[in-house]
Amino acid sequence: MGYTLNFNLIWRHFDKLWGGLLLSLELAVISIAIGIVIGLVLAVWYVSAGRVVRGIIAAYVEFIRNVPLILLVYLVFYGLPTVVDLVYSAQTSFVATLALYSGAYLVEVFRSGLEAVPRGQLDAGKAIGLTPWQRLIHVRLPTMMRITLPALSNTFISLFKDTSVASVISVPELTYGAQWINFNTFRIVEVYLVVTAMYLMTGYALLFALRLVERWYRTAR
Amino acid sequence: MATSSNTSTALLDIAEVSKSFGAVNVLRSVSLTVAKGEVVTVIGPSGSGKTTLLRCVNFLESYDSGSIRIDGKEVGFRPGPARNSGARQRRSERDLAAMRAETGMVFQGFNLFPHLTAAGNIMLGLTKVRGKSKTEARSIAEHWLGRVGLGHKADSLPAELSGGQQQRVGIARAVAMEPKILLLDEITSALDPELVGEVLAVVRSLAEDGMTMVMVTHEMAFARDASSRIVFMADGGVSAVGPPKEVLAEETTNERLRTFLARFRASHF
Repeated sequence: MGYTLNFNLIWRHFDKLWGGLLLSLELAVISIAIGIVIGLVLAVWYVSAGRVVRGIIAAYVEFIRNVPLILLVYLVFYGLPTVVDLVYSAQTSFVATLALYSGAYLVEVFRSGLEAVPRGQLDAGKAIGLTPWQRLIHVRLPTMMRITLPALSNTFISLFKDTSVASVISVPELTYGAQWINFNTFRIVEVYLVVTAMYLMTGYALLFALRLVERWYRTAR
Repeated sequence: MATSSNTSTALLDIAEVSKSFGAVNVLRSVSLTVAKGEVVTVIGPSGSGKTTLLRCVNFLESYDSGSIRIDGKEVGFRPGPARNSGARQRRSERDLAAMRAETGMVFQGFNLFPHLTAAGNIMLGLTKVRGKSKTEARSIAEHWLGRVGLGHKADSLPAELSGGQQQRVGIARAVAMEPKILLLDEITSALDPELVGEVLAVVRSLAEDGMTMVMVTHEMAFARDASSRIVFMADGGVSAVGPPKEVLAEETTNERLRTFLARFRASHF
């Protein structure tokens, strides 16, 4: 085999990859932010709700967790507009899908965190006269955050990687940029090596940042 | 010290309170009054309902019948509308919270908020429930931390404190709210023996200040020295009540109490 690596063509089109990476991060941040709101609201609702609401929330979580993300992306981008009268861009469609998707995973993370808050702390909150809402804000959620942060970091990293699925509906994120360069230069090995390194380094940077947040959270006063 | 149990002067009035968990009757028509400034100690074998009784006083547990009044005001319930023949109704959560702020509670497991410093633990109730400013709450917290000998630990997190220190913060958190009555639930049971003394010393100094207290404890020597009255509970009911000397007398005619004390002496002395 006389294949020699040649990265020159990759560097020439590197703006496609760099721009793609920034878009990947943007997609992840917006989707996760919405997902956190969905997850928190549903998790708090779940632990204080009756059987019917619990059933509905559990159904949402199970549905999302058992359908591949790529299918959900197709359903929302190609399927939904044919049924209802809605027009949206591929990017908006993907953000909506990933937000719903991350919401389902985050409900589970937050719910188990809420349930792991020791009863004694809630008793202590009651005993000093905090109302249920104050107990949630000042006792339950802060303790839940300490419990869930490690699991949360893992979920965030994996959701960041999931942004690569957006390439199937031509959202110009990092994986799409890689495909574009591949189709136009045929330097398949080089481009995917570079992109792998980019995902890896970004993932590590995210993990490092999240570990700092965890440490800060444990020792903040 | 006052040993009066006259209802008209009672700060805490527990009247015929019963409660069951399923088929188990944890409290059987318990009646007990505590006057202002009294220190009442509840003793008894495990499973006799001591802790449940204490938890009913600030409505961490509900009760099935009877009434518990603090300063004449029923704790967990209010009279229902006449059309419902006046059947009692559970108070709203907001009401319950307001009433709980009038009783302080210290727990066996400390139950400090792990994300807040020693001072922060004390300040939470002061700012959110009592509506005090941060500065004022901080100075109250520092005052009480000083009182329990932890003035230098105001900015430590619970995880950085020993069990005895955590429990002293727990006491400071409860008394800083200026409760009418302080409930102490086996507060030294989770401590290493060498740390028990520092916590009991704080309780003793509060008693000297005239703080009304109801405590559940297994520290018999402390109960004998610090209590105005001792209540012996067995099988969910009050089996004996009176001044420490009477209740803890070896020649008591109460069969159950004699067995309890004998077993206790055998294992603790």
